[in-house]
Amino acid sequence: MDIRVQSAPFDYGQECAKFAQNAANSGAIVTFCGIVRDHDDGTLTSMDIEHYPGMTERALGRIADDANRRWSLNQCLIIHRYGPLRPGDQIMMVATASRHRSDAFAAAEFLMDYLKSRAPFWKKEVTRTGSEWVAAKDVDEDALKRW
Amino acid sequence: MTLEILYFAWVRERIGVPRETIETDAATVADLLQELSAREDRYALAFSDLSALRVAIDQDLADFDSPLASAREVALFPPMTGG
Repeated sequence: MDIRVQSAPFDYGQECAKFAQNAANSGAIVTFCGIVRDHDDGTLTSMDIEHYPGMTERALGRIADDANRRWSLNQCLIIHRYGPLRPGDQIMMVATASRHRSDAFAAAEFLMDYLKSRAPFWKKEVTRTGSEWVAAKDVDEDALKRW
Repeated sequence: MTLEILYFAWVRERIGVPRETIETDAATVADLLQELSAREDRYALAFSDLSALRVAIDQDLADFDSPLASAREVALFPPMTGG
């Protein structure tokens, strides 16, 4: 289990390659990368991510532990960035490795669902005309009910 | 008791500080919010709608009726938006 909370960028390709090397006994690897999405009209100048140092690592650790209990995983990686990001920047990634693909797929979706609304991160969108905290969506909260 | 209170996102902006140390005898989180709201308008404004707030006690998510008996750190923030 590898959990990293950082402001620095990460190299998605390199992380995927390293993850695959360390998951030699696995039959399946699933990776996901979240990217800062611009508004449709291209007005987003920055996405500022705030977090709760200490609780963030603890919450992500719990979520990963929970995934390990529910599915048979050989490896699990979560990287989440904080600080000011720009459209197109990578925000976070998860990777899971298992013997069979169903475990890796389900665990990756579970990690994503939980870290969206149970890890203490908050996004603020900054445009030329002002800034606004991103509101939590009901659909994200509802997504937890399926697990 | 002495409590460290942390604020995040728009709660931090409305209160005006990221953290503060306070003396309180509040029994629960709800009692604490009520006590602070009575002290100053900025608290009353930030805590007016509990459905828009989440709370953590010593870095674990908690409820508004959770007891503060052995708490050292209480954090108040809006629903989380990670990912």
